[in-house]
Amino acid sequence: MRAVGILWLRQLKRYSRARSRMIGALGQPILFLFALGFGFGPIYARAGGGDYLSFVAPGIVSMGIIFNAVFGGIEIIWDRQFGFLKETLVAPVPRLAIVLGRTLGGATTAFLQGVIVLLVCVAAGFRVAHLGLVPVALLFMFLIALVFAAIGTAIGSVLKDMQGFQLIMNFLVMPLFFFSNALFPVTGLPAALRMAVRLNPLSYGVAGMRAALSGVPSLEMVTDLAVLGALAMALLGIASWLFSRIEV
Amino acid sequence: MAAMIEVFDVVKVFGSFTAVDRISFSVAEGSIRAFLGPNGAGKTTTIKMLTTVLTPTSGRLKVAGFDPVRQRIEVRRSFGIVFQDPSLDEELTAYENMTLHGGLYGVPRKALRERTEALLGFVGLWDRRADYVKQFSGGMKRRLELARAFLHQPRILFLDEPTLGLDPQTRSHIWDFVRGLSREHAVTVFFTTHAMEEAERVADEITVIDHGRIVAEGTAASLRERTGTATLEEAFIALTGRDIREDEAGPADRMRMLRRAWRGR
Repeated sequence: MRAVGILWLRQLKRYSRARSRMIGALGQPILFLFALGFGFGPIYARAGGGDYLSFVAPGIVSMGIIFNAVFGGIEIIWDRQFGFLKETLVAPVPRLAIVLGRTLGGATTAFLQGVIVLLVCVAAGFRVAHLGLVPVALLFMFLIALVFAAIGTAIGSVLKDMQGFQLIMNFLVMPLFFFSNALFPVTGLPAALRMAVRLNPLSYGVAGMRAALSGVPSLEMVTDLAVLGALAMALLGIASWLFSRIEV
Repeated sequence: MAAMIEVFDVVKVFGSFTAVDRISFSVAEGSIRAFLGPNGAGKTTTIKMLTTVLTPTSGRLKVAGFDPVRQRIEVRRSFGIVFQDPSLDEELTAYENMTLHGGLYGVPRKALRERTEALLGFVGLWDRRADYVKQFSGGMKRRLELARAFLHQPRILFLDEPTLGLDPQTRSHIWDFVRGLSREHAVTVFFTTHAMEEAERVADEITVIDHGRIVAEGTAASLRERTGTATLEEAFIALTGRDIREDEAGPADRMRMLRRAWRGR
């Protein structure tokens, strides 16, 4: 347990010290918030969708979370290259403890990044409908972070060097973000695209977060929560298995 | 005296390449053993198998009486290691690196504080404890790694080229420290080096490996005698030949080169 805690703390320390990374990671969601939020706003309203900023803000928050979470997992490659990974691999603790510490740490930093993006959204005019439901939204944010941190750990355990990093970002993380309900409503999409959105774990997180933040809780939130929670556990299992096979 | 390290008929195959080919040796408790060989001879592979990082293809290993394949946790608790490449977290301070290690090895908090102070003092880094490791020189990093390796009071120390690229002052400091540990705490030391005079001066006994096989074993004096040479360096060349060995650059080497290029040196 102490090993899990100490590796969790390490991720937090590294995050809080890498100011430039923190600010850099904020840039992308903020760009999307302003470009899309204000650019598409009038069209969205004319099409009868209502306030686009209220719609897209949870999606932007999820963007801040998933990029950070996957990157946190990919830090394993960095640790492998610069040697620190060996220090943890010869320590007398089960690999499961190492995976849990790292992944929970990565999920926590990604979650914090999401909170910062949420605050930026609020500053840009986004209104939370019901303060009492904010904890529910935060829960969804943490689950999104956990799912994607586990994906990051799994990838980081398999990749040998940073060359594959762009590949993962462009062919996994970006598509997962775009083919979700983060930026547009699912209703009226072509069937194939709707299927992709439905199979995408991010969609469940964004749907739950959106429902909580817009103050219209529904039964679907329970489904979202169950899917996301089960997926987080399954992915943690896969990540642990892949991590346990690392040889240095 | 009891054997702290036992290697019996061990083989490690990577694909079609046999890195370690049926080696056997043992190291007595409290002794210092140099493990010598040209690049790519199988030194690091052997250390990785002893330290549970790699699983042997066949053969048996015993470290502090435990099996590195089946009793990984017990084996890991019994040794400290300084790897060939750095293994510190550079974004943390020297003190935090020690604390992290202590946490991973379950060192009680009070003992952790006391030992960290004593060990950092011993390697001359107590005044720099709050500095980030990325600001340290190569020699300072090595000293910190050595202090860290002994933090959980292991019975065995593995040192893979611990003095590579260090100045004579730091080298002598490191070996004084290691010899002190061996004498005062009966720590068994198993190290590799390319500096033959270090092996001659520090090691009780020497094992020479080449092309994955043990080619000679004994004290420096006995190796010189056997080969009819005046120095261990000459004995080593007589045993392993004059061919120059090429090590393949792994991704880690390429990455380090990239990083050096970024930092402009």
